[in-house]
Amino acid sequence: MRVGIGLPSTVPGGAGRPSLEWARRADRGPFSSLGVLDRVVYESLDPLLALAAAAAVTSRVRLVTMVVVGPIRATAVLAKQAASLDALSGGRLVLGLSIGARLDDYDAPQISRRGRGGRLSHQLLELPECWERGRIGPGTTASKGPEVLVGGLSGESFARMARWSDGYVHGGGPPRAFAGAASKARAAWRDHGRPGRPQLWGQGYFALGDQDTVERGAAYLRDYYSFTGPFAEKVAAANLTTPQAIIDFIRGYEDAGCDELVLLPTVAEPDQVDRLAGVLASL
Amino acid sequence: MRIAVIGGGPAGLYFGLLMRKADPSHQVTVYERNAPDATFGWGVVFSEETLGALRDADRVTFDAITDSWARWSAIDVKYGGETIRSRGHVFSGTSRKGLLQILQDRCRDVGVELRFEVDVAPDALPDADLVVAADGVNSAIRRARPSVFGTREHVHGTKYAWFGTDLVFKAFTFIFRENEHGLFQVHAYPFDARTSTFIVECPEEVWQRAGLDLAGEEDSIRYCQQLFAEDLAGHSLLSNRSSWVSFVTLRNESWHDGAVVLVGDAAHTAHFTIGSGTKLAMEDAISLAEWLERYPRELERALTFYELDRQPMVERFQQAALESAAYFENVRRYAGLEPIQFASNLLTRSGRITHLELERRDPPFVAAVDSWFAGRPEGSVAPPPHLVPLRSRGVTLGNRVVRWPTGEDDAKDGKPSASLAIRLLDAARSGAGLVLTELVAVSPEGRITPGTPGLWDDRHAQAWREIVERLHQETDARVALLLGHSGRRGATRPRREGTDRPLREGGWELVSASPIPYTERSQIPKELDEAGLSKVLDDFRRAAERAERVGFDVLEVHVGHGYLPASFLSPLTNVRTDRYGGGPEERLRFPLEVFDAVRAAWGKDRAVGVALTATDWTSQGTLPQEAVATVRTLKERGCDYVHILAGHTVPWDRPEYGRLYLVPHSDRIRNEAGIATLVGGNVTTSDEMNTILAAGRADLCVFDPPPGDPRGGSFVYAPSS
Repeated sequence: MRVGIGLPSTVPGGAGRPSLEWARRADRGPFSSLGVLDRVVYESLDPLLALAAAAAVTSRVRLVTMVVVGPIRATAVLAKQAASLDALSGGRLVLGLSIGARLDDYDAPQISRRGRGGRLSHQLLELPECWERGRIGPGTTASKGPEVLVGGLSGESFARMARWSDGYVHGGGPPRAFAGAASKARAAWRDHGRPGRPQLWGQGYFALGDQDTVERGAAYLRDYYSFTGPFAEKVAAANLTTPQAIIDFIRGYEDAGCDELVLLPTVAEPDQVDRLAGVLASL
Repeated sequence: MRIAVIGGGPAGLYFGLLMRKADPSHQVTVYERNAPDATFGWGVVFSEETLGALRDADRVTFDAITDSWARWSAIDVKYGGETIRSRGHVFSGTSRKGLLQILQDRCRDVGVELRFEVDVAPDALPDADLVVAADGVNSAIRRARPSVFGTREHVHGTKYAWFGTDLVFKAFTFIFRENEHGLFQVHAYPFDARTSTFIVECPEEVWQRAGLDLAGEEDSIRYCQQLFAEDLAGHSLLSNRSSWVSFVTLRNESWHDGAVVLVGDAAHTAHFTIGSGTKLAMEDAISLAEWLERYPRELERALTFYELDRQPMVERFQQAALESAAYFENVRRYAGLEPIQFASNLLTRSGRITHLELERRDPPFVAAVDSWFAGRPEGSVAPPPHLVPLRSRGVTLGNRVVRWPTGEDDAKDGKPSASLAIRLLDAARSGAGLVLTELVAVSPEGRITPGTPGLWDDRHAQAWREIVERLHQETDARVALLLGHSGRRGATRPRREGTDRPLREGGWELVSASPIPYTERSQIPKELDEAGLSKVLDDFRRAAERAERVGFDVLEVHVGHGYLPASFLSPLTNVRTDRYGGGPEERLRFPLEVFDAVRAAWGKDRAVGVALTATDWTSQGTLPQEAVATVRTLKERGCDYVHILAGHTVPWDRPEYGRLYLVPHSDRIRNEAGIATLVGGNVTTSDEMNTILAAGRADLCVFDPPPGDPRGGSFVYAPSS
């Protein structure tokens, strides 16, 4: 299993130039990818712009959206942005898409919430058409376009993933939750007669350091997930704050068949990259 | 900490005493609406595991409970004039009243204040640092803020009444009795030296036919005593506010709000057929007390960890309870099963006890099941069910395992590729009794992608003959051909790029039941006219004739996944106004003609199956009971088995990919239409196959070993001798 790291593009103090320093350090480290989240109504960086900036200061790591909320973006524009990012990064983009969890991210750009699942399906069908025909350039590194992942926990999401993408991106949780979703992803893939198997990506949150660091990490998660009500407290409680917790988490994901696990930051200091690299070195 | 517990049931009392025990500086008050000795219900059941947790949490309570308990290790199934006994299921029962007495006494000993006959209103909660809502399934505190807790309720379709009896059963006993009103079942278990719980359950319509909806308590008792006279052997039923009710499965997304926390039935319920309500409630109390002890000054944190700890556990029980409840709601379906298989099905109903677990608990029982399944005399050494041969017409499969390798769209002009041959050979060498091909097209336009293999040409037949001969020479597997026509899902790109992506060039004109494109990008198919229909029939007939000459052992017609024959079946894709469209019978007409053509062309001594969509996975599609009717018709026409499929009729369906997701459909079709079924859908272990087969939920399984399992064929096999 490969292990990637998230950019602090949604974390207080990280949504700006600190993300660049973070990206540079990650590119030097043992990490295979740099992940970003997508939120409109929040103090955060746009995921595709953040990755474009990261592309400029990195040369090795893959750049993955976990995820981009597809239906709030016009398909052709999204295709253009993804193709641009693919070209700028030399084919390092992995485009994770889903319908997202927040309704206000639809309201702000005045996009109807209704039928968003169907719109995402439509996008998954259309994006490769845009990339392959080459009319909406630049031409992508692979002729079929960048690798596409789909997230979500409903049966429709798994079917959409299996029909029209290269793999599944999970939204986070303990290894047991990932294992359940991975089993469904594999079942859906098989059910749709796709050869081979789906790429399976996982994610988790971490904060390494003193009590203050841990508290700030939890406070950020409470705020970021406040729209989920009482669930926010559970996300905050699950934050990985010790090397052992991270190691257990990584092993649990590996056992569950994860191909690539991205650990997302909850505080913005770039030394988090080095701390996490240190934990990985002990594996 | 000042703690107010609302509700003096097992969860509330146990939590109260555990908190006081952990720290005598806590002030704990339990408020109970009723008097100390008022309780309804009879006995409660604990498993060994729960008793272990109770012993660790408070030895005094544990000792008091175990002084008065009833213990048993057998489950009796009384059905069809026989009693089948399975052992090794260790349970303990105790009276609910006795349990409450023990807990009340223990609470007083440790200094919990008990206040009876006090009604606490949700808007006037006692002033406390923590309020524990242990006020049951109808919790007023929870109901006062449903949106905060995210409450969901599911009302079950059966009626039940909780009686007692002075007959002391020797085992947990399931009784099935049928009279002119319908089928009734009893869940009975002893809980002390004199009394047993006796729960009577039946479908709501049976309950109405029996007039029990209008009957009073006395009349209900009389009715049930008469119905179960033989089982009660002169003993009587006892009542204690035993009215007929529907069970409600209750879920809450969140179990706490500020300083208010839900425990036990106030937070969740699980259908009584797995008997776990009190167990879950007392385990909640233990968990909550532990987390509060661990984070005494961080209430929010403690309550969050309590939820994180308990919710997954409770969800697993609720899932098992739902499956158990569904079994009892549909139990009439299994009236055709032999008693031993009936019992095996009953014991494995919830998914918690598998064939393997049953063998661990009761080796002789499983030996009897396996002998029966293998058709050998009792006491013989029998293979596990998945390794038992199956005979259908003149074909004998060595075992019940079916391998169905995914196609890779690598045929050339319909001619199967060398790698396709290797995939089938790998599958056969894994030891499967039957190997099923990917969809093989009856005509060039019936291909899914340009790489779909076909059987419309004698050159194809030659290539297939070589493959089939090699499989027969080198392995014991039988080979099944899956014959189909893609219909409106044709002319697409290889599926490594996804499904249903239309070819940019080199496509062909599509045909379907009606001119409705599959996706908004798909070509609009031509509605098949009479000439087109008869050409398709001809294509199927000729392909079946070739298949027979090739030497395939089994032929399976693809009437699923939205391909051509299936497009006629579903109202979502068939809007024809001729004799092939309209009601279920008209929509079935063309698929039946295809089946008849194939059946006629195919040897009488060889089996024919149909791969059939059991549900469209949308609310507007084919109904499950229509699928059962379709299968009955197919059976009359000489269909030997049904391969259960679901969905894909339309690309916007709502599939469910949970554990063994096709098995409930297989169960229904097999046992309602009385036909052999082949089922896949995430069947990944031998234990799952054994459980499905022994319980009579299917006759064959498509086995998909998990990644890394060498049976998946990902390693190089030594050539067979």
